[in-house]
Amino acid sequence: MKKTIEGKAYVLGNDVDTDQIIPAEHLVYSLTDPEEKKNYGKFALSGVPQEAAGLPDGNHAFVDEGKFESEYTILIGGKNFGCGSSREHAPACLKIAGIQAVVAESFARIFYRNSVDGGFFIPFESKVRMTDDIKTGDTLLIDLGAETLTNKTSGKSFSLKSLGEVIDIIEAGNIFEYARKTGLIAK
Amino acid sequence: MAMTVTEKILAAHAGKESVVPGDNIWVDVDVLMTHDVCGPGTIGIFKEQFGQNAKVWDREKVVIIPDHYVFTKDKHANRNIDILREFVKEQDLPYYYDVGTDNYKGVCHIALAQEGHNRPGEILFGTDSHTCTSGAFGMFSTGIGNTDAAFILGTGKLWVKVPETMRFEFTGTFPPYIMAKDILLQVIGDIGVDGATYRTMEWAGDAVYRFSMEERMTLCNMAIEAGGKNAVIEADEVTLEYLKGRTDKPHTIHHSDPDANYYYKKTYNADEMVPIVAKPHSPDNKAAVTECTDVKLDRSYIGSCTGGKLTDFIAAAKLLKGKKVAIDTFIVPATREVEQDLYKTKMDGESLADIFKNAGALLGEPSCAACLGGPKDTFGRANSTEVVISTTNRNFPGRMGSKQSQVYLSSPYTAAASALTGHITDPREFLNN
Ligand code: SF4
Repeated sequence: MKKTIEGKAYVLGNDVDTDQIIPAEHLVYSLTDPEEKKNYGKFALSGVPQEAAGLPDGNHAFVDEGKFESEYTILIGGKNFGCGSSREHAPACLKIAGIQAVVAESFARIFYRNSVDGGFFIPFESKVRMTDDIKTGDTLLIDLGAETLTNKTSGKSFSLKSLGEVIDIIEAGNIFEYARKTGLIAK
Repeated sequence: MAMTVTEKILAAHAGKESVVPGDNIWVDVDVLMTHDVCGPGTIGIFKEQFGQNAKVWDREKVVIIPDHYVFTKDKHANRNIDILREFVKEQDLPYYYDVGTDNYKGVCHIALAQEGHNRPGEILFGTDSHTCTSGAFGMFSTGIGNTDAAFILGTGKLWVKVPETMRFEFTGTFPPYIMAKDILLQVIGDIGVDGATYRTMEWAGDAVYRFSMEERMTLCNMAIEAGGKNAVIEADEVTLEYLKGRTDKPHTIHHSDPDANYYYKKTYNADEMVPIVAKPHSPDNKAAVTECTDVKLDRSYIGSCTGGKLTDFIAAAKLLKGKKVAIDTFIVPATREVEQDLYKTKMDGESLADIFKNAGALLGEPSCAACLGGPKDTFGRANSTEVVISTTNRNFPGRMGSKQSQVYLSSPYTAAASALTGHITDPREFLNN
């Protein structure tokens, strides 16, 4: 597991639901076919209303027209990130678009679980609200050991909640690797 | 040790005497359900992890119900159904309800109940967030993603963190114009869209136990809109009556101990409930119907796992009978069985289907239809700036199609009353006549 994650921030508000993350009309693409799968990167976060797309200003495309990957690699959210449907296409599309970490004040349960069990990226919970102090485009550094997130653009630091017991699954890579390590399924 | 229903079911499936909230346990799964949107991804991961020739852990315990994108010309959506067909054939799965055959059912959560896959005391996981609906049968049921579903397909097990329980008790009697949907929207408005995150919502009280199974399913359906892991109602005579003729598999009825530990408990007086809507764009954006009567509507939509069951259509028909709708009105039965009941069930000699047609409403095929937007040609999909009143469960931006549309969630009574006037209308205006 990497010790630090560095990248550009894309900031969203509270209650970002799975229809905003990946609108239902796009759920038809295969997640296993490498070419078709790219579409999930293209449409990631395409359901976010214009004014909320990349706070505080809004109107920042997450993925530029004609592209399949985003220039932003760390998502910052408010409360209840990923609420809504159980579609794993939601964490998957963020990963396909290049997201390495999502840091939110709190997560909806299924989205959190899917992110961990599927090994898409690490969902971190912050101890405080960050959406007022981080702007879309700021450079962020997450230190996994110290459990902190630093905004290198403003110099401000935030502490993150400990990952708790799910760290074992995150370290193994996903739920299958974890089960192999612990002998629950054959190697 | 004193436990809630949910704790008892989880303990029994983990081979433990007792569990407490926060425990991480591995449980044995009784049923895994998947559908056309998440099935192909689940199958893909299953094969990648367990091998191209791997067999599912127990073919009797897998249920596959295509329902989301079934009446569309979209080639990817149709390809997804082909993937399900092939898998069912290869694994020889007995419970597959294929599109275009007599065996087609419709919306998975209602089909699970109607086909006898919901049984008290069991554990059911489904690749759909509204799998919590099955909790109406006194079982543990919750939604999961493709990875977890693939894990279950291979092992029959899954890890679960034992949730804390929140208990919502209703004493007294609900007024006749109140439906389970009003109760739900009231409670979600009170606790917020993350008010039950990671927790169980346990519904109880005499007023709740007087609800039919369909109304109980509605009550459990939207636990996820409050962030809940599962919802549960203790099984009773009403449950057993519903199960007759649908399943003869043995089951276990659990009761919450009176001294069980609850994270939260609230008692409501059922007599005081009023018709509620959730305004755009969040299911917790609660308002009394009487506060919204100046909202002009373009469309009324009655359908989905939340509001597309026979009880919901009987309610709507009571108001629409002998009248004409003032706005586009879409009627979408959740399943084939509900659709057939629309023709069989009569009010003063007129079938519900005829009541709707004569009122000028449009009848769709049983499926999820526009509840989740879907491909552009989906029946009832909002394609521009429509203001919609809907009996579905989500009104997030773009949920029913267009990001510019606005969706108000309501009970079938309120959706039907509003269809008649073209603005949000209190059903009491028609029910009292
Ligand atoms: S009817 Fe709507 S909420 Fe229910 S399963 Fe279908 S899409 Fe989901």
